[in-house]
Amino acid sequence: MNKITEELLRVVSDFKGAFDGAFNIRVDGECAGRQSSKNIRIESKKGLPGLEIHIAPGTKGEKVYIPACVTHSNIDDLVYNDFYVGEGADVTIVAGCGVHSDGEEEARHNGIHRFFLEKGAHVLYEEKHLGTGSGSGARRIDPVTDVHLAEDSSLEMDTVQLGGVDNTFRKTTGTLAARARLLVRERIMTDGEDVAKTDFEVTLEGEDSGVDLVSRSVAKGRSHQEFRSNIRGLCRCTGHSECDAILSGNGTVVAQPALEAADLDASLIHEAAIGKIAGEQLLKLQTLGLTREEAEERIIAGFLR
Amino acid sequence: MLKLEHLAWELPGGEEIIRDIDFSAPDGKLIVVTGPNGGGKTSLAKLVAGLETPSAGKIWFDGEDITGLDVTERAKKGIAYAFQQPVRFKGLTVRDLLELAAGGSLGEDALCGLLSKVGLCANEYIDREMNASLSGGESKRIEIATVLARRARLSIFDEPEAGIDLWSFSRLVETFQDLRAQGTGTLMVISHQERILSIADEIIVIADGRVRSAGPREEVLPTLLSNERAARCPLGKEDSAV
Repeated sequence: MNKITEELLRVVSDFKGAFDGAFNIRVDGECAGRQSSKNIRIESKKGLPGLEIHIAPGTKGEKVYIPACVTHSNIDDLVYNDFYVGEGADVTIVAGCGVHSDGEEEARHNGIHRFFLEKGAHVLYEEKHLGTGSGSGARRIDPVTDVHLAEDSSLEMDTVQLGGVDNTFRKTTGTLAARARLLVRERIMTDGEDVAKTDFEVTLEGEDSGVDLVSRSVAKGRSHQEFRSNIRGLCRCTGHSECDAILSGNGTVVAQPALEAADLDASLIHEAAIGKIAGEQLLKLQTLGLTREEAEERIIAGFLR
Repeated sequence: MLKLEHLAWELPGGEEIIRDIDFSAPDGKLIVVTGPNGGGKTSLAKLVAGLETPSAGKIWFDGEDITGLDVTERAKKGIAYAFQQPVRFKGLTVRDLLELAAGGSLGEDALCGLLSKVGLCANEYIDREMNASLSGGESKRIEIATVLARRARLSIFDEPEAGIDLWSFSRLVETFQDLRAQGTGTLMVISHQERILSIADEIIVIADGRVRSAGPREEVLPTLLSNERAARCPLGKEDSAV
């Protein structure tokens, strides 16, 4: 494993030379290491590049790491990963992605992840994206996530784009059965000429299911971001989406939330706010001794935490 | 010591807000600035903290002319300012703000100590975001705590009583008295509250952008209260009502 790979893994998946538990490391489209555990079985997918991850019913407190890295330009990596989480399991999945390019051609990772959570299962899904390198070729990460939540199951998605990704399109879809919960915390930082688009489509099919989408983003330089969400409530359910964006420099943001209520007892809410950092916030931190630049950095760091 | 010389400030359109103000605030004292709404008290406080720039006059602090220093430089010189309207942040917690104010990490005891001075229980608040989920009174007390955390040479509180409950207000009055007793810095409190005026070492009355009266509490307060009662009950109806 070279230094670029190690550094990308360290940032996107807290890699410290080894993983404790089940893992699969994907580097430049190839498997660079794999280990299953007693309760978590990782297998190659048949007919397509990617993995099937089977988490046994009742598994508690275990982690599974599936980071992917692209370490040079002229790579277009496409991977299909399916997660089958057994009834009553409660696990954490760490799935970061780092793309490095020092060349002129594009470097791209495209992860298509499907989640099938059985009754009562709970998953915390952590995903960090990072682009590095001095090449002029674009660094692209285009994740597609498809979520199927059975009764009483819940998925918490904690996703962060740390920066350096020139172009990303994140597509997330989900269907929720009775009393299932989907929580998404998305944070995106763009700078320079970066473009980031996110699109959520969540259907609440089961009684008392609920979704909470919270997107916080910072658009610096001349970067551009688009946030689209559509929450469809087909029954008694709750849905909430929130898009907060900070503009800096000449950054631009589009927010297009949509709500569809097809039942009298569907309770759906959307909040959106786009703007620069409030002057009074900067002044407050300046009264604590920070410079204006330090105050801006601190506010953004907190906002994206 | 804080010293203002012929300080003036006007809005971009030319409206005079502060007019030729002179006063000195001795070290270790509790100075209360009072006067009618719109008279220039908050503007004066912002000029001292560096949030606004005077159009004329000088501001001296510990013998140094700080008129040209910006808000950050004045903060580093030891001037702290509690906003009248607390500032809210998405993503910054109460702990973050208190640690930024203190200039380093704070243990649970220190955090608890700071928040208890404003009538809050630390465990319930330190990891909460300083956002709209906090009530106005909670935000106000945390705002005051950020200034206490700074241990500044000059701490300015702009109407600290506004929006907080009676018990917390009493606690705050005790805190001001404790700070004054420690003698480590000067307190400049903008307030209409008689309980705060009654613990002042010095009172400055500002109206229409000018200092109307200034001096030791014993000299200024009786006249101030008597004028206020007369303004409220110009025909002596207060006595007859009792």
